[in-house]
Amino acid sequence: MEMKEQVREPDFVLEIRHLRSSFFTRRGEVPAVNDVTIQVPRGKIIGIVGESGCGKSMTAKSVMGLLKYPGRVVSGEILLEGRDIAGMKERELRKICGNEITMIFQEPMTSLNPVIKVGKQVSEALLLHHRELSRAQAREQAIEMFRKVGINEPEKRYDCYPHELSGGLRQRVMIAMAMVCRPKLLIADEPTTALDVTIEAQILKLMKQLRDEIGMSIIIITHNLGVVAELCDYVYVMYAGKIMEQAETFELFDHTAHPYTKGLMDSIPRIGSNAEHLHTIPGVVPNLLHLPKGCLFSNRCPYADDRCRQERPELYQVSQQHCARCFLLEKTGEEAEAHG
Amino acid sequence: MRIFLKRLAGMLVVLVGVVLLLFIMLRIIPGSPVTTLLGERASQQVIDRMTEELGLNDPLFMQFLRYVGNALHGDFGTSYKLNRPVSALIMSAFPNTVRLSIFAALFAWGVGIIAGIISAICKNQQRFRLLSSLIDRLFMGGALVGVSMPVFMTCLFLQYFLAYRVQLFPLSGFDQPLSVVLPAIALGWNSAGTVARMTRSSLLEVMQADYISTARAKGRGSAGIILCHALKNSMLPVVTMMALQISSMLSGAVITETVFGINGIGRLAVTAIQSRDMPLLQGTVIFTTILVMLGNLAADTLYSVLDPRIRREG
Ligand SMILES: Nc1ncnc2c1ncn2[C@@H]1O[C@H](COP(=O)(O)OP(=O)(O)OP(=O)(O)O)[C@@H](O)[C@H]1O
Ligand SMILES: [Mg+2]
Repeated sequence: MEMKEQVREPDFVLEIRHLRSSFFTRRGEVPAVNDVTIQVPRGKIIGIVGESGCGKSMTAKSVMGLLKYPGRVVSGEILLEGRDIAGMKERELRKICGNEITMIFQEPMTSLNPVIKVGKQVSEALLLHHRELSRAQAREQAIEMFRKVGINEPEKRYDCYPHELSGGLRQRVMIAMAMVCRPKLLIADEPTTALDVTIEAQILKLMKQLRDEIGMSIIIITHNLGVVAELCDYVYVMYAGKIMEQAETFELFDHTAHPYTKGLMDSIPRIGSNAEHLHTIPGVVPNLLHLPKGCLFSNRCPYADDRCRQERPELYQVSQQHCARCFLLEKTGEEAEAHG
Repeated sequence: MRIFLKRLAGMLVVLVGVVLLLFIMLRIIPGSPVTTLLGERASQQVIDRMTEELGLNDPLFMQFLRYVGNALHGDFGTSYKLNRPVSALIMSAFPNTVRLSIFAALFAWGVGIIAGIISAICKNQQRFRLLSSLIDRLFMGGALVGVSMPVFMTCLFLQYFLAYRVQLFPLSGFDQPLSVVLPAIALGWNSAGTVARMTRSSLLEVMQADYISTARAKGRGSAGIILCHALKNSMLPVVTMMALQISSMLSGAVITETVFGINGIGRLAVTAIQSRDMPLLQGTVIFTTILVMLGNLAADTLYSVLDPRIRREG
């Protein structure tokens, strides 16, 4: 039985199964992550895209055990190579975080401690998980990592404080910090949103290069479909705490199935297009406190009918490795094509 | 180093300003020290001679220059009332005040910071809600009492309960080892309350910062987070506060020293004011000013040690 499963299942580093995380506020439960299932194969780059506030960061923070009160994981499993880390004790989880899974945060400007030298913050990660290392060894490895992520004069930068570095350099420090323990999985939460386009391209290239070198898996969280196209093997599209569509990157761009994903794609500004006619998705994200009864996207969807407003659609298979949460796809692939 | 010299020069300017201001103020307030000195019934002749002897007939400017000139030689004049050199009086009172202030500061900042940290931890954690919120409220209640109670009330309460009802500590004086305890607590409690509340709120705020999440994501446990990442950052506003408290503590020392009968600078100042003893008052004020300035310098230095952003900008 066990053998059979091992044969059948592909090699996932991380599997999130039916994860629900909510904030329990005075005004009620805010389901920020609502039944999310994500699979991360070894050595692959997975993208999570969606508008602001759709729960991307909360999904990542649930994995790292970083949800702040009054938020917490309500149910679901988070399997790291088969071990469920969702139910783990804080102490044990800390041994995994920073070592086997690491995370890069959205804000390079505020994510480094302003009163500690950046080099020390990087070697701290090493010293925490590798007790056998001496300070000098940790320093050496941290400087080595600095060199790898393209920081000039790493010895000098090691003794800098965060405010002495530019945003791009700080993000490189964050990457070095996340890589220095050679994790199995790196979660990058909008690693380049705060940076300019040139630096963004450099950082993305660097991450891909390091993936190839170290052989880890990466989850990239972004609302930039350009980043997805460039980097990801597989994409999850999130909306109001739920996965709306998931597919291999090319499949998603070539055969977009869900009206929401289509809306996202149409909103990408293109060179040559008239800026005044920039497409936006009409309407607003539903209030998580008062979710609509039917499909979460129904109030903004151009194809929505009565059924969409009454019932919630399941994830329907569009093709192999491609699912979408929309009634339009319930019947046959042909019909899906007609609308997509 | 240049910054340090600049600060020192600035301090000198402030000191001269304080002396000048004090000098003028003491001479424009009505009433002459001579009448206080000799009593109401002294004859006009004696009064005139005394005024002349003390140099009070000279122009103010001359008086000031003479005073500064003497002061530079360590001569701050002779106390009218106590009839002893001011410098000697201050030297005998000075160690007491310093001892009292240091113990008060140790109590205030030690207890304040620790109570603030414990409170913040209790407030922040989700297990043992009832107990931890009880501890938090207890500390913050104590802090509130400290902040809202005038120093002389604290003095009297402590004397009544801990020296009179339960005779744990000496009632007054400053000659036994335990004598310092009650005055230090009385003087420090107010500051302790402020520091505790500030530490708590600052720490709670820092704990929400992004870099705390980074540290947790790195695998730091709760204790490590607070000690290695949060505490230093949260102390920045507290240190600023502490610098301001140095002067308020010295003014509190006036009351504490009077109530507890301690021979300190504060009590000297009170004596001087009551008897219009100008040299003595000038001496005490100059000394207190120097103390406050040194305290602020120490606080600034500490601040720049804590915060690298200040250090390098200079
Ligand atoms: N403390 C909180 N209390 C209640 N709701 C919260 C709290 N923090 C976050 N949320 C909710 O969780 C939802 C998901 O937030 P999340 O940070 O995951 O969004 P995101 O997809 O990362 O957006 P962005 O692209 O802006 O980073 C938000 O809609 C927000 O309303
Ligand atoms: Mg986010």
